[in-house]
Formats: sequence, C-alpha cells, structure tokens
Amino acid sequence: MQQEYSICFMCSVRCPIKVMVKNDDVQLIEGNPHAAGIEGSICPKGAAGVSLLHDEQRLKKPLIRTGPRGAGQWREASWEEALDYVAEKIKQIKDTYGGRSIAFTERAQLNSHISKTFMQAIGSPNYFTHDSCCKGSLNTAFRSLTGYADSSFGVDLERSKHVILYGRNYFESIELKAVKQLTRAMENGTKLTYIDPRVTVTATKADKYLMIRPGTDLALNYALMHVIIEEELYDKEFVDRWVSGFDELKKFVEPYTPAWAEQETGIPAAEIINLAREASAAKPSVIFHYGYRSSHYTNEIYVRRSLIILNALMGSIEAPGGIFIKKSAKDISKQPLHKLTEQDLPKVNEERCDGVGTAKFPTADPAHGVVQLLPQAILTEDPYPIKGLIVWRHDPMLSIPDYQTNKEALNKLDLLVVIDIHFSETAWMADVILPESIYLERGDSIQEVSGLKPSLFMRKPVVSPRYDTKPGWEIMKLLADRLGISKYFPYNSLEELWAYQLAGTGITPEDFAAKGFVTLCQEPVFWDRRDGLKFKTPSGKIELVSSLLEQNGLPSFPAYEPVKPPAEGTFRLLIGRNVAHTHVSTQNNPLLNELVSENLLWINNQAAAKLGIKDGQLVEVTSQRGKEAIRAFVTDLIHPEAVFMLHGFGRRVPTQTRCYNKGASDTMLQVNITDRVGGSPALQHVHVTVRPVA
Amino acid sequence: MSKFILFQDEKKCISCRSCQVQCKVNKGLGVGPKPNQIIEVGPVEVNGRLKANYVFLSCFHCDNPWCIAACPNGAIQKREEDGVIFIDQDRCAGCKSCIMACPWSAPQWDARKGKAVKCDLCKDRIDAGLKPACVTACPTNSLRLVRTEDLPDTKRVRFVRELVAREVS
Ligand code: SF4
Ligand code: SF4
Ligand code: SF4
Repeated sequence: MQQEYSICFMCSVRCPIKVMVKNDDVQLIEGNPHAAGIEGSICPKGAAGVSLLHDEQRLKKPLIRTGPRGAGQWREASWEEALDYVAEKIKQIKDTYGGRSIAFTERAQLNSHISKTFMQAIGSPNYFTHDSCCKGSLNTAFRSLTGYADSSFGVDLERSKHVILYGRNYFESIELKAVKQLTRAMENGTKLTYIDPRVTVTATKADKYLMIRPGTDLALNYALMHVIIEEELYDKEFVDRWVSGFDELKKFVEPYTPAWAEQETGIPAAEIINLAREASAAKPSVIFHYGYRSSHYTNEIYVRRSLIILNALMGSIEAPGGIFIKKSAKDISKQPLHKLTEQDLPKVNEERCDGVGTAKFPTADPAHGVVQLLPQAILTEDPYPIKGLIVWRHDPMLSIPDYQTNKEALNKLDLLVVIDIHFSETAWMADVILPESIYLERGDSIQEVSGLKPSLFMRKPVVSPRYDTKPGWEIMKLLADRLGISKYFPYNSLEELWAYQLAGTGITPEDFAAKGFVTLCQEPVFWDRRDGLKFKTPSGKIELVSSLLEQNGLPSFPAYEPVKPPAEGTFRLLIGRNVAHTHVSTQNNPLLNELVSENLLWINNQAAAKLGIKDGQLVEVTSQRGKEAIRAFVTDLIHPEAVFMLHGFGRRVPTQTRCYNKGASDTMLQVNITDRVGGSPALQHVHVTVRPVA
Repeated sequence: MSKFILFQDEKKCISCRSCQVQCKVNKGLGVGPKPNQIIEVGPVEVNGRLKANYVFLSCFHCDNPWCIAACPNGAIQKREEDGVIFIDQDRCAGCKSCIMACPWSAPQWDARKGKAVKCDLCKDRIDAGLKPACVTACPTNSLRLVRTEDLPDTKRVRFVRELVAREVS
C-alpha cells in the first residue's frame, strides 16, 4: 500500500492528511502523523472522504441545461463544448454590458489567486467569497482595532490558563489541531468557560457553562469591561503601551453595570463579576475567544470588537496562552509564494456592485465583498446590471438568507455557470455545470500557512479522477484561453503552477515528499510585547477609538441597543453546525448522512408544552419569508426565547437522494439583513412561530 | 480475557464519532453496520452542573464469548496469542446467531455482504505495529489500546489524580 500526504477538503479547515492508496483507490484517510497537533487523528468528515470519492451521485460530466431553469433537464456535453458555450456567453455579456456585469463567487480556497486574476483580467471588480456570510464582521472588527484582518490572528489554546468561548463550539465544529490543543490544555488544568443560549457538547465539557439570553453578548461584554476597569483588573503596562482610546472606553462603559447586564442577559451579576476576576487572575494567558462564524445580528461588529477589546485589556495579545498575530513567510524574512495576482494585470476602476469600498458601504472588506447583497444587485440592476455569474464550489442559494429571493435573482441572469463536485442547490439552477475533480483526485495551488511557525502545505492528486472531471485551476485556464486572457495564466500543468509559486523560494516540490509540508522556521515566533508589536493602524496601537470607523462617520462605541426580543408566542431562530456536516456540502455524503441525516428543531420544553408540541413531533416553522416542516426536539437545553436548527438541510435537489427533502432549510426562513458596518448578514435576526402539525 | 482492550477515557470524549466512521471505512463497510458505537447519556444537571457522558462501546473480547457459543459454523474464533475474538468472514453463513447472542450488540449486520461483522481490535493493524483505526482517529486521545494487565493501574492512577484534585480545590 502506498502512503501519500495531502490536504483534506471536507471542510474549510484543510487539515493535513495521510492517504492510504492501493490500486489507484483510497483505502483509508488519517491525519498526517508528522503534523504537530494532528498526529493521525481525523474528524468524521475527513474519514468520510472515502465515501465522497466513491459516491455515485457526484457530478460526472459537464452538463448543459435543456429545459427551463431549475427543472432539472440537462444533457451531457464534452468539455470542449461546455467551455466554448460558457466563453461565448461571457463574451456576449462583456460586449453588451462590459466586464463589470460578470460576477464571480466562491468558497475561499487555495486557488483564489487564480479566480481573482481571472476577474481582473476580464475587467470586473465583482469578485466575492462566502466569507461575508461567515466572518465578515469579525474581519472588519479586527481591522478597526488592529489594522489586521481576522485571518492574521490565532489563539494559543495550549498554553492558555483560561479560555472563554462565546458560542465557539470547538467540540462540535471541529478543527483537529485546536481540539487536540484544548483537550490537552484542559488535562493540564486550563479552565474553560462556555457561554451560549444552547447546551452544546462544548458546554458539557466546560468547567462553567452560562446560558445567555440570545443576542445579548454585547451587554455581557460591556459589563465585563465595566468591572475590569472599575476594579483595575486590566494589564496596565500593556494598555499604557499599546492601547489608545482607553479613557473614552472607561467613560463609555461606566453605566453598564453587572446589575444592568443581569437584566439583559439573564446571567447573574455575581457570575459576571466572578468571570471578570477569574479571567484577570489568568492574564495575560487568557483568551476571550473572538469567535469564528460571526453573522448573527446587526450589531455583530460591535460584539466582535468588544471581545477583541477584552483581550487587549487582559494584555493577552501576543502573549503565550493568549491571542497572537500570525507570522507570514515575509515576517521571518523568507520569500513568500508567488501569486498570479502579482502580475501586471489590467486595472479595474469600476465600483463594486455591492458598494463595498465606496461611501455606500465603506468599512467592510472589498477583498471578498458582501455576497449577500448580490441577489439585490442582480434584481435591481443598481448600480448597474449583473448579467453573468460564475460560482465555484459555493452555494449562494443556501448560504444567503431568503431562498425565494435568491432564486428570483439567479433566474434573472443571462448566464449562470457552476463549478462544483456535486449538485448544489445553485448548480440545479445553472445553465452549465463544470464538474470539478474532488480533492483526492486533484492537486491545487500550494498553501502558505501563517502562524507562530509559518509553513507550506501541498495538496496533490493521490488517485486518478473517477469520472470525467477536471481540477478547478485547469477549468479556469481553459476558460481563460477561450477569452483571450491566457497570458495571465502562465501554466499548463500542476507542476508548472507549483513552479510559478515556488520560484525564488529555494523550495522544490520534492521537499514536500517526506512529510507533506515544509516548515519555514523551527521555533515559534512571538514579537516582543514591549517594543516589537506591529499593529497596522495609523497610530501603530490598538485603536479602541477606531480611525477606520470614525473617518467613515461611524461610532466606535455606540450606546447599547438590545437586539429586538421575540414577541410573545414567537421565537428567535438560532442556527449552527455540528460535527458531521460542513455548511451545505456534506449532507448527501453516505457516511455523514448516516451520522446526521436531518435537522431537528430544538425547542424549550416549557415553550413546547404551551404549544402542545411533543418530542419528535412534526412541527411547522413560519417566518415572514417562508414556512418549513421539521421534527421537534423538546429539551431544557435551550433558552426559552429561542429555537435552534442545524444549517444546511431541507434540500430541494432530487438527484441528491440521501438528503433530498430531509429536515428544514434555514435560508427558507431567514431575512436578508446586513450589519452595515461589519458586512455580515444577521442570520439570527428572524423570529418564527412554531405549531404542531397534527 | 484478551491481552488488549480498548480503553476509553470518557471524560475526554466529545461524541464526534470519528472512531465509528474510521472503523467502518477501515473495514470497507457502507451505511448500516457499526462495529463501534457511542452511547450518549445526558446532558443532565447534577448538583447545579451539567453532566454528559459519551461512552464508547465495541466488542469486549469476552473470556467466554456467547457469540462463539452461538455460532453454528465455527466462524467466530479466539486468536490464541492475544485472545482477540474475530469473525472468519469465509465461514460466516449470515445466520445472525451471534448478533442475537451478544448482550452488547457488538456483532453487526452487513447487508451488502450478507454477513456479520464485528470489532477484531484491528488485529491486522496491531500486527503491523499500528494502533487500531479508531484509536488513531480519535481527535481527543480519548481512546487507547491498553494491555489488560495495565488496566487496574490506569484506573488507580486516575482515581488518585482525582483525589488529589479534590483536596487542593
Ligand atoms: S461479540 Fe459480544 S459476546 Fe462476542 S466477544 Fe464481543 S462482546 Fe463478547
Ligand atoms: S479496534 Fe478496529 S475494529 Fe475494533 S472498533 Fe476500533 S477500529 Fe473498529
Ligand atoms: S473519536 Fe474519540 S472523541 Fe470522538 S467519539 Fe470516538 S472516542 Fe469520542
């Protein structure tokens, strides 16, 4: 049996893997034993990669639509024909409306530099990723305080003395390395506090679980700051040296007492005071975890800012056991990987169709845009028409709130092209589907991983494609050839793509053979906390009063406004993840579907009793946008104001037989409302009613 | 008893079921049979604190296995050197007697092959110097393959550790 090293892609974490291969077939997938903090372990999704490879329901051949949109009528086509068709349509749109009328959206990935290059070469600013629907506001929060995006920060769980998680459900939304670090840390005495309106597996492992009223994290944090400042529990040296705007903060949090927060959050004032003191006792090795998916409410950016500020007050930034700034190759004086975007590409001066980066939407990150505004832009043609959309392994139909409106928007397009590995809800609406090989069958651009020890990882093909599929980087190149922009894609093979990236680094593809990765430095790099921190804000400090926000007329400390509580008889719809599934991409995987085959509606037992709902009963959930049927899970493990469901079910594509029509779709119920400062949609904004179905 | 046993520190288990999926993949099983399972108990509130247990259950590799007694074809066997109980797939006639006999539902029905399948402690992997598939996969190191004779020690050590912790806190 051969052993090959590669990178998983069953979710977005991209853990390093070892793949056992026999006769061009995968036998078993384990974590890469050489990768520190992985050591052979794997999550169920990673293990189930084998059943993705062998899945008969994958996309197998290019398809061209023959019937009306969404009717599921297709004919198989050759790659030549499908690509010619797409290129012809793109040319037509470009000639009639200009390059800006083509938009592109993808799940950020190793080849994103190729996608960005493609868009710039055809003259469109409208490149999107799914990021705004996930962590858009977290990104803006970090930039507003430190000048760095969220992706430049990491948490040093292993050395932390006290980790405080706000709904960051580490033990169900597994990142292998983090899970290993956290369990090891807890064995050595690290304290875990978990705050969530719902009891998750993480809650059951925590030393302290606090059930918070949904939507009130900001109130809790203002009160924590109040106590920390009043009792002088903060790291004075760090705050004096690295924080600006402390006096303004001090004044601002004065009215937000623990007694006030108790009313708002339902957490006893004594617990709040206790948490502030305990956190301070562990400083600077304490983590107020800033979260990952941060697209809950319209005030999301301020919630995320408050968490980062708490870390700043604890002096935990760049402290062992705190949160750290990831170091890139450049930071340790190594030549970084080359990206296609470094080329002399045509300048695109058009404004983005979502307004991001203009006065309309000044603070969200134009690097990935605000994708949930795309359906509106298509429908209203404001500021200009969007006629073509290319979608690469992203499923806007189910990722952007409000299914019906998304459908209308996609129906209005002249061209919808989907590159994917299976029939997503968006692929079902497409004109042309270009099937991609799965991660075990293809290689991708080399990955540069920044961190305390920056390193390079390689995904390479470990078996040959099962069907008539191609790697995405090749699909993009073949499209570019047909559009007369191939000079910006100076590669003809995976080897040439790698050679382009590695030029001048002194590293060769062979260097990856022994372990699957190359570490660029041996010891973790921490910057000196007295003089060596390099914040990218104008002042070089952590700006509590943020120049990014203030210059755009936005307040750094808006007065607390409660997120509208649900009226009597209605519930806030909370959504989340579990360990079996990634977003909307794994529900049809045979082994993962076996683990979790539908979602349930968690509802508090007292609320359920009032409504006459019994455990396991079918219920109807109704919002202002839609109606879904789902079975109830009646429990005291959720706050009475809320109901909860897993994201990603209620699927409408019949060819995905295992997940077809199972459970309910959250996007069918959600309203599309955005945190206008941070950029995330408020996915938990919607209120619903629930009634038993007789 | 067998020389080895799968020992689970259920405090560390997060009910992720990597052990289950990896076991199935390693044995080439599809949807249906589960040679190991996680039994979830809780969460319930005990003295103001939430408690939940996630208990790993596969085959115990018993001293006097009911499954062996029940099998009319002599398909279930005990490996001499280490006491591992395994099913000789060539001899299994698919009568399901072992499935009915085992009090722990350890043998499982593989409908695709029409045979019973059960945990064999990954004897092929052990022989090759590897850990069982479930043990390697476990993201929290909750699972370990331990020698049976080491087991009392392990328990005692854990007990003492807990005792010490109780006194200092
Ligand atoms: S299958 Fe059941 S009866 Fe047989 S050895 Fe295992 S636990 Fe014992
Ligand atoms: S030891 Fe092997 S066969 Fe037994 S449960 Fe673990 S993975 Fe399955
Ligand atoms: S893999 Fe480990 S943590 Fe996950 S369910 Fe199995 S024993 Fe528990």
